[in-house]
Amino acid sequence: MSVIEIHKVTKIYDDAEVKVSAINGITLTIEEGEFTAIVGPSGSGKTTLLNLLGGLDKPTTGEIQINGTKINDLRSSQMIDFRLFNIGFVFQAYNLIPVLSARENVEFIMELQGKGKTERRKRSSDLLKSVGLAERMNSRPSKLSGGQQQRIAVARALASKPRFILADEPTANLDSVSTKNLLDIMERLNHEEKITFIFSTHDQRVVNKAHRVITIEDGKIISDRNQEPQSN
Amino acid sequence: MIWAISWRNVWRNKLRSAVIIISVAIGIFAGVFSWAFYAGMVDQRIQTAIITEASNIQIHEKNFLENPDQKFYMANASGIANDVRAIEEVRAVSERLIVNAMATSAETGSGVKIMGIDPEKEKNVTNIYSKVMEGSYFEDEGKTPVVIGEKLAEKLSIKLRSRIVLTLQNMDGTITSGLFRVEGIYRTANSVYDETNIFIKHEDVINLIGLNESAGHEIAILLHDNNKLDDVCNLIQSSYPELDIKTWKELMPDVSLVEETMNFSMYIFMAIILAALVFGIVNTMLMAVLERVKELGMLMAVGMNKIRVFTMIVLETVFLSIQGGVIGIIIAYLVTLIFNRRGIDLSPWIEGFEKLGYEAMVYPATNAGIAVRVAIMVLIAGIVASVYPAIKALQLKPAEALHIDI
Repeated sequence: MSVIEIHKVTKIYDDAEVKVSAINGITLTIEEGEFTAIVGPSGSGKTTLLNLLGGLDKPTTGEIQINGTKINDLRSSQMIDFRLFNIGFVFQAYNLIPVLSARENVEFIMELQGKGKTERRKRSSDLLKSVGLAERMNSRPSKLSGGQQQRIAVARALASKPRFILADEPTANLDSVSTKNLLDIMERLNHEEKITFIFSTHDQRVVNKAHRVITIEDGKIISDRNQEPQSN
Repeated sequence: MIWAISWRNVWRNKLRSAVIIISVAIGIFAGVFSWAFYAGMVDQRIQTAIITEASNIQIHEKNFLENPDQKFYMANASGIANDVRAIEEVRAVSERLIVNAMATSAETGSGVKIMGIDPEKEKNVTNIYSKVMEGSYFEDEGKTPVVIGEKLAEKLSIKLRSRIVLTLQNMDGTITSGLFRVEGIYRTANSVYDETNIFIKHEDVINLIGLNESAGHEIAILLHDNNKLDDVCNLIQSSYPELDIKTWKELMPDVSLVEETMNFSMYIFMAIILAALVFGIVNTMLMAVLERVKELGMLMAVGMNKIRVFTMIVLETVFLSIQGGVIGIIIAYLVTLIFNRRGIDLSPWIEGFEKLGYEAMVYPATNAGIAVRVAIMVLIAGIVASVYPAIKALQLKPAEALHIDI
């Protein structure tokens, strides 16, 4: 079953002086349970594509369907709610809320969804345990390492029970041990819980773990291949 | 959790928040203390107006206030006074005979208003007896005593026990005069009052102008509670529709006006202080928003809607403002409390004010109402100050905000 279908999508940034064509007619389908890496050189359009898939930006032309919903037509407020219930995000710079503890960061998304306190408590505990941070639930992000923060970000992304998780260069700021830990966790979640992961990355270690690698250049897909994941 | 985030966000940059909180506290302290100071001054003026000058309510013959001629008297003033005394809310009543006269000393003369009083009854209504600074208040057994104000004594160049001649018109229209000896010299906060009002015994006025014992021009009424003013006034008016019943507010419209305009003036004063503070708060909150562009972008990306983002910024601003406001109010309350006991001596600057009836020692009023009103104004100012930074936050586009490096 396809989670994302995009058809002939273009994205043109039209400044007063210059027109930049970031995505040039991409058509793509992502199936449920995929572990997909989007790779390409800087400026190739990876982040723009991720923004479009995450409903953070709207395409200039073309159609994006997520879970059967055509998101091009959603109003800004509808799009925010759509993201809240359907998409999990992991950012390069972790982007946790610094004034909240690890548990509160995870619970926050569920509170936005209107979940009750008991459910929030239980799920945040379970998620933090599953990313190996049961002992650091009450620590604030500033007291944690980059790897630990990124694992909280993964737990937060999972908290809303999204249809898929978009991760923009999730390992870019991590050392090799933290990267390995994070990838192992995401691989396990993908394998055991069928969570769909889509990464944009430059990191070969992430690419090696992917089941599918999509390479884009100048806003176009130049290769789309399935592969056997390799151990790092 | 938005409340918790907003509260904790306030303390992310402790120094910056402390600076703006202290600024707000100083501004609010200045406003609240000034308000308390003027409220104290006005309260004292009203107390002086009631206790020393006009009482709470006065009764006159219909024409007397427009034309204070002695022929407009109440023939049965004693009977009316007795009826009024029976009203539960009334604390004391004093009947007066009032005659305009010329007071002449060996050196000069001056126009005066004679108040013919029963000293014992008058003591229960006004506090002139306690303002006597030389001599006594009708305690000597001597004949035809008069108690005059210090200003008049200076004007007539007379002292205690000096003699003055009071010249007036009796009921027949004949000019008559009497010799009086100064038994007491009083001093109130109102130098104009002191210069024009003199007190002599009721029976001495009767002897001079030839009225019967129960007659009177004025009945002064002191109440237990000034808030019952209108009720008692209406009650008396219903019993005596032919008489002119007036409250101190009608008798002394200048004092009433000061009372009514003081709060309005202080609202404007506070609004000016808060308007200045609002700019400082807006600046601080704009800095806070611009520093957190990425974080705000993340919040909107993961599903925090615009109402919640707006609420978060508003709450942060309100927390910032309210903290400063509460600290300012508490400091102002404590300082007011100290000066409420010690008083603030304005003697060097009071001369002009004394003519208007204001005391040299001002006791700022500790009034919970002022604190509540200021707190509400601070809250409103906080909300107003939050609008622009909150709009700035809402204008962020998550896709762009997430990739801005701060």
